[in-house]
This record gives sequence, structure tokens and C-alpha cells, in this order.
Amino acid sequence: MSRQSAFRAAILDAERPAPPDLQDGLGRSATKRFNVYRNNVAVSLTEALEASFPATARLLGDENFRSVAGRFLRSSPPESPLMMHYGAGFPDFLASLDALAAKGYLADVAHLEQALRAAYHAADHAPIAPDALAHIAPEDLPETRFGFAPAVCLLGSEWPLLSIYRLALDPKAPKPRAETQSVLVARTGYDPLPHLLPPGGLTFATALMAGQTLGDAAETAAEASPDFDLSTCLACLLSAEAITAILP
Amino acid sequence: MLDASSRFPALPATPGVGYKPQHFNDIVENPGTVGWLEIHAENYMGDGGRPLAQLRALAERFPISVHGVGLSIGGETPLDPDHLARLKHLIGWLNPASFSEHLAWSTHESAFLNDLLPLPYTEDTLARVCAHIDQVQEALDRPMLLENPSSYLAFAESTWSEPDFLREVSRRTGCGLLLDVNNVFVSATNLAYDPRSYINDFPLDAVGEIHLGGHDEDEDEHGAPLLIDSHGAPIVDPVWALLDHTLALSGPRPVLIEWDNDVPAWPELESEAARAADALSKVPA
Repeated sequence: MSRQSAFRAAILDAERPAPPDLQDGLGRSATKRFNVYRNNVAVSLTEALEASFPATARLLGDENFRSVAGRFLRSSPPESPLMMHYGAGFPDFLASLDALAAKGYLADVAHLEQALRAAYHAADHAPIAPDALAHIAPEDLPETRFGFAPAVCLLGSEWPLLSIYRLALDPKAPKPRAETQSVLVARTGYDPLPHLLPPGGLTFATALMAGQTLGDAAETAAEASPDFDLSTCLACLLSAEAITAILP
Repeated sequence: MLDASSRFPALPATPGVGYKPQHFNDIVENPGTVGWLEIHAENYMGDGGRPLAQLRALAERFPISVHGVGLSIGGETPLDPDHLARLKHLIGWLNPASFSEHLAWSTHESAFLNDLLPLPYTEDTLARVCAHIDQVQEALDRPMLLENPSSYLAFAESTWSEPDFLREVSRRTGCGLLLDVNNVFVSATNLAYDPRSYINDFPLDAVGEIHLGGHDEDEDEHGAPLLIDSHGAPIVDPVWALLDHTLALSGPRPVLIEWDNDVPAWPELESEAARAADALSKVPA
């Protein structure tokens, strides 16, 4: 095993002894000195996860979060030096843990936070004007297609996802009600924001992002949800700066 | 596209600070003695958003030093071509006054360990580090600076002293050096040598930048002091004294205050920079 292979293995597994031939300045053992590196790696990666998944961390509590993060970082150390991407697999890791099965919403909250972080670093966008649709002839509207900002992400959930997320970060936020919530993540200027999608909004926006025309997407959404309202859903997408282009 | 080359071809011999986004407005409105800024390359490799917008705005006003923490120059395996390409892109559009990296490794077998890990100073390491630096300087089409590490332990197999090793790297590759005076103090305390002797032996002519930062204090299993480079505390007086010793030998250099954890409000960071300005003002040009 090469020196760096041995170092890497011992850093990620506290059960292993420190690599051989390490010493202090006087030729004595250096176990605690090696542990500085072990600790730096574990603490810095745990802090990186906590910074990216603050609501998930609050919902788990400090001790549980550090324990879960420790298991994650040992099984999935970063594959790139870009810490802005580290933890992209964390939501699915949470979903895979039997011990967290009773908190089914946790992975959904983590997916939401992952989408917000991705939106923060996404390519810049120029949203269409709020009244841009008014300039389209009514007979052309059903055939219209849209382009979406790179920051946009849609999340469906069987939980009151956005309410749980907001309460985790702000104890004064309204208590979640027993309902399902779908969320649109987009960026207003440089600020990534989550928006509650109106009824049918998830189906509608998913269809539009897949390239369906406005008419087809509205029909699909109306079939899926009796409470779907086209103008409410369009207003949500426009005010969130989700739409960047009207395609011919 | 931004072309800062004509504006800021080099870092000035003034204080600089490690840039933190929460200080953006303060830096623009009241930079005080701060004459340049340093960013971590990896934080500006996203596709867009506020980080890049802030960097573009700051680069209009300040010389920028790009400091990499992810190249793994001392790695046993080849440099990550994707990461080198990202770095080339950043250096290409930003055209910073300086680029620096560390005498350390961080990536092995596809795992990036997010720490600067130590190297034995051997002929093998020397050849590998020099080959990697040649590759980086060729890709970026500019010389880089290489920073001395904080050491917590030593390798029985080392055959070079650190100053001699860095001198030889600089001689073979033409790279400059970044002298972290806090790292010297931390390493000297941890490995029981005299930090002033280290500075006296250091190839100061090659130094293009100096770093200062705070550290934490612990002790090892033998009860010996174990200092940890935390970048999360004020700079201690013995490190300021070591800066004076260094500047008296080297002459004025760009001096960076690094404060990456438990980042203070701007006035406290700026007062550390002002203290560095005092130290620089005592040095004959």
C-alpha cells in the first residue's frame, strides 16, 4: 500500500492504527499528531454538510446530525475539491437509513436544501418580463413553449415540505398542517428561494420543462388536479423568475 | 470578459485579507489599509450566481490573489485534469495578480479529503512536486507561488529540510514561494526547532507573498505543545514578532491576513490588517 493510500485509509477509519514511520520532532510516537488530520477531515466535512443542509441538521438535532454526517463522509468522501457540490448524495443517503424511516420528510427537506444550494451556484438568468405573455396573441398562447432558468428545480413531496423546512429554520413560522406540498426552487436575482406550487402546479411545470406546449401542459395538469388554475400557476412561475424565454 | 492585467499586474506590498462574502459591503465602502484580496479558487468554480458577481465587482477595484486548496500538488497520483481545466478557466477570465497553492496533498484514489496533508521531504517527493508544478505553470501559462505547510508531525524518511526542499522546488521549476509565517511558528513549535533559524534559511528572494493567521493550542500524548493551524483566531504576538524578523530580512512583501473560521466582523479583521500595515511601514523599501 502506498504511503498516501495508507494515510487515506487511516484518516477515514478511526479503528485503524496511524500509518507507520510518523514521528514528532524528537523521534517519538505521533498518534495524537496524526489524529489532528483525522479530526480536521471529519470536522471540516461535517461542517460543510451542516452549512449546506441547515434545516436537515436542525430537524435531526446536533448529536444525531454529527453521527449521520460521520457515517456519510466515511462512506462517501468528496469526489472533487468543489465543496459546493459535496453532499449531493446526502438526501438519498438519509432516505436509505432504516433508523430514520420514521422521519420520512427528512430526505425531502434535504433534497430541497440541495436544490437551493445548486440554484445559488447556477448559471445566471434573465427572466422574461412579468407582462410578456400579454404581448402574445391569444390564439398563439396554447402553442407557446417556455425556456427555464438553470436554477429551477421542482420537488414533489408527500409531506408539508415547505412548512417543515421553514419551521426548522424559524421557530416562529406557522406549524405544518397535514397536507402534501410541492415546491418550486428558483432564483430571484442572486437569491435562491423556495415557492409553494399551487394545486396542479407540479404537473404543469414538469410538463412545461419537458418541452410541452402551454395548452398541453394545462390539459395534463387539469386532468391530474381538479383544482388546477392556469393563471395562478403561470403567475407563480413568472414571479419566481423561473421562465427565461418564450419559444416559437 | 474582464481584463485586469493592465490595472493590477502584481500584488502590492500592502496588507490584504482573505475575502469573505459577508464583508463585501464593508470592503467596498471602507477597505482601510487593505490593498488587495485573496480568494479560494474552488469557491469560484460554479456556473454563476452571487459568488462570481461579487468577484467580478471586487476585481474592478482590487488586485486579486487566487489561492488554490484543491490541486493536491503533492499527490502520488496525477493531477485531476478536470480540476486543472476549471482552474485554467478561472485564471483565464479573472487574470488575477497572483496564483498560489500548497506543498501538500489532499486527493487520493478519487477521494478529496478537504485538508492539507503532509509530505515526506525525499527525492521522490521532490521529483513529483516539481513535475506537477511544471504541469500547472504550463497549463496556466504563468508562474505560481508554493506555500510552506503547517506541520504536526515528521516522517522518518525525510532527507531534506523544508527550506532547502522549497528552495530546490523553486530553483527547478521557477515557481515563487508563499511564506506563511504562522505556519512556520506552528511547525517550529510542533517539531521543536527555532522558527527564526527557519526564516534565516528560507529563500526569501523567491517569496512573492506572506500569510499570517491564528492557531489553536493543544498538547500531544507526551505533553509536548501541539499547535493547530485553525485560521479561526487573532494572530498571536510571537507570530507578529516573526513577521517583523522576516520583513527585516526580505524587505516589503504583500502580507495576507487569513481568517477562515469564526470569521469576525469587518472592523476586527481590518484592525489585523492595520497592524500588518504598521509592520510594513517599519521596513525600508
